[in-house]
Amino acid sequence: MADASVNDPNHPDIRARWGGFAWTAENRERAAAIIARYPPGRQQSAVMPLLDLAQRQVAEETASGGWLPMPVIEYVARELGMPPMRAYEVATFYTMFNLQPVGRYLVQVCGTTPCMLQGSDDVFAACKAKGLKKGEITHGGLFTLAEVECIGACANAPVVQVNDDNYEDLDFDRTLAILNALERGESPAPGSSTGRQTSCPEGGPTTLRTMAVENHDYRGEWA
Amino acid sequence: MLADKDRIFTNLYGFQDWRLSGARARGDWDNTRALMADGPDAIIDVVKASGLRGRGGAGFPTGMKWGFMPKEPKEGRPNFLVINADESEPGSCKDREIIRHDPHKLIEGALIAGFAMRARAAYIYIRGEYVRESETLFAAVAEAYAAGLLGKNAAGSGYQFDLFVHRGSGAYICGEETAMLESLEGKPGKPRLKPPFPAGAGLYGCPTTVNNVESIAVVPTILRRGAAWFAAIGRPKNEGTKLFQISGHVNKPCVVEEAMSIPFRQLIDEHAGGIRGGWDNLLAVIPGGSSVPLVPAEQIIDAPMDFDTLRDLKSGLGTAAIIVMDKSTDVVRAIARLSYFYKHESCGQCTPCREGTGWMWRVMERLRTGEADLSEIDLLEDVSKQIEGHTICALGDAAAWPVQGLIRHYRPELERRILARKAAEAEPLPVAAE
Repeated sequence: MADASVNDPNHPDIRARWGGFAWTAENRERAAAIIARYPPGRQQSAVMPLLDLAQRQVAEETASGGWLPMPVIEYVARELGMPPMRAYEVATFYTMFNLQPVGRYLVQVCGTTPCMLQGSDDVFAACKAKGLKKGEITHGGLFTLAEVECIGACANAPVVQVNDDNYEDLDFDRTLAILNALERGESPAPGSSTGRQTSCPEGGPTTLRTMAVENHDYRGEWA
Repeated sequence: MLADKDRIFTNLYGFQDWRLSGARARGDWDNTRALMADGPDAIIDVVKASGLRGRGGAGFPTGMKWGFMPKEPKEGRPNFLVINADESEPGSCKDREIIRHDPHKLIEGALIAGFAMRARAAYIYIRGEYVRESETLFAAVAEAYAAGLLGKNAAGSGYQFDLFVHRGSGAYICGEETAMLESLEGKPGKPRLKPPFPAGAGLYGCPTTVNNVESIAVVPTILRRGAAWFAAIGRPKNEGTKLFQISGHVNKPCVVEEAMSIPFRQLIDEHAGGIRGGWDNLLAVIPGGSSVPLVPAEQIIDAPMDFDTLRDLKSGLGTAAIIVMDKSTDVVRAIARLSYFYKHESCGQCTPCREGTGWMWRVMERLRTGEADLSEIDLLEDVSKQIEGHTICALGDAAAWPVQGLIRHYRPELERRILARKAAEAEPLPVAAE
């Protein structure tokens, strides 16, 4: 991204492109429903969900992973009647708001200790072998690689989150296979890449085996 | 082993439907009104008698916490319940399973807990990265409203109760209760000074209690089965069942509900397929998530996994997120990576934490490679103690403890690396023969 206008969310080109940002009809309804979750006069509580909604709208409009140009943050602030600076503080504090464009797939590799112990080095190696680069858009707009902190799926480590979906129990080959599938335009099935059931021990449950076959009601066995 | 009939989270692995019909068939939402019939104080008494201690890490008695809320909320200052689903502590992945596979246990628990603390509304603050999990939760809450289990006359109890889901946006610090309240108010998640405590002035300045997902989700079953049932499981003052999350160098990492105080060896052998390479290959364990100090193998193998035992081992049960490290582990790197985590997640509000976490991480990296000087080990320990206890919230402590644990148990390894590096550098560089 040698183009300075892309790196500067306040660049005149960015202002020109995004100054007219407004909710789509569908998102206007969503925004109203979000604001209604909070007490009257406390609409500032909706700033995070609305920034997320805005980032998703930018993603659709640009066919990318989505980000928050400065005029879009200001739009959200206006919608909530809060000073733009307060919205900007929030956008910069939380890591899930992208302040620069990202690729269609934001490949977020967890590098924290539980994933590290289970082989996140190999997952990074697979991403690098594929040509992904941290913080850069590669493969013609397809990928951006990021190292993230604990994603909260440690019993299925190592884990990668691609946009909204987790890919779990990864190794070098399976990571590469997922990246290749995404590149081909496929939607690889999220969850464990080894096929195990969520966070159940590999090979089948050690507890509640009945639940694997039927929706058992244990109340009859309560003493 | 805990009998299956005594497990609370029977759909833990999501083999069956999480939706209302599936949950009802398992016994959730069964005559909830009757559980509320004796009034708020009766519920608090049962929770107190059950011995339930907060499942979010600190282990504070849940019933006592509820008792701090005003019994007669003033006009314009309603009580709030906030449920902490910000699960971000490295190693922790239990609330995720509750939310995506047994969400109605959480929602029913929210109604009962909210009623007990005289709250008219609750927010579930779920971490932003749990996108799919939050979709399930939003859908489950909508189902509950549609079935009359929330809202006016919730579950036919005559009590009005609203429940909202709020997604975070990627900040570990928002798991700290006052940071969570700031975040819910639409601000950066910077912890507040206490006092005032949230029960006095919390969300929007109103009395608020923040509880972990697991603490809330176990409540309906405790009420149905009675305090004595729950209190009979585990050792005294460490009662109940617990979701253990086992990651790292075991043969079969998993999440499993077991009796509190189960010995470590039994837990790992019965559910996680044993230690990779056998028990002789175990190096150390972080028993409660990244914030607690590691415990060397010989001290933990036969230890009951509960609050008090692990505290006595100078560690903690935390969220029962067990990170297992075998002898292939570069233990200095493992802890250095946690130091990086805390540097990344410090909110920057207090100087000792903002500056200290980065400083500790840089020294940890020097210790990892052996570049440091021997004197830096004591210096690091000293600095860690200047961070601990000198910040508004516990993130400073959480950053200091793993480092202190490493120095306490692995000082010889730190020294070995430094001396090995010095020895290697002292050798003259080989010169090509002419």
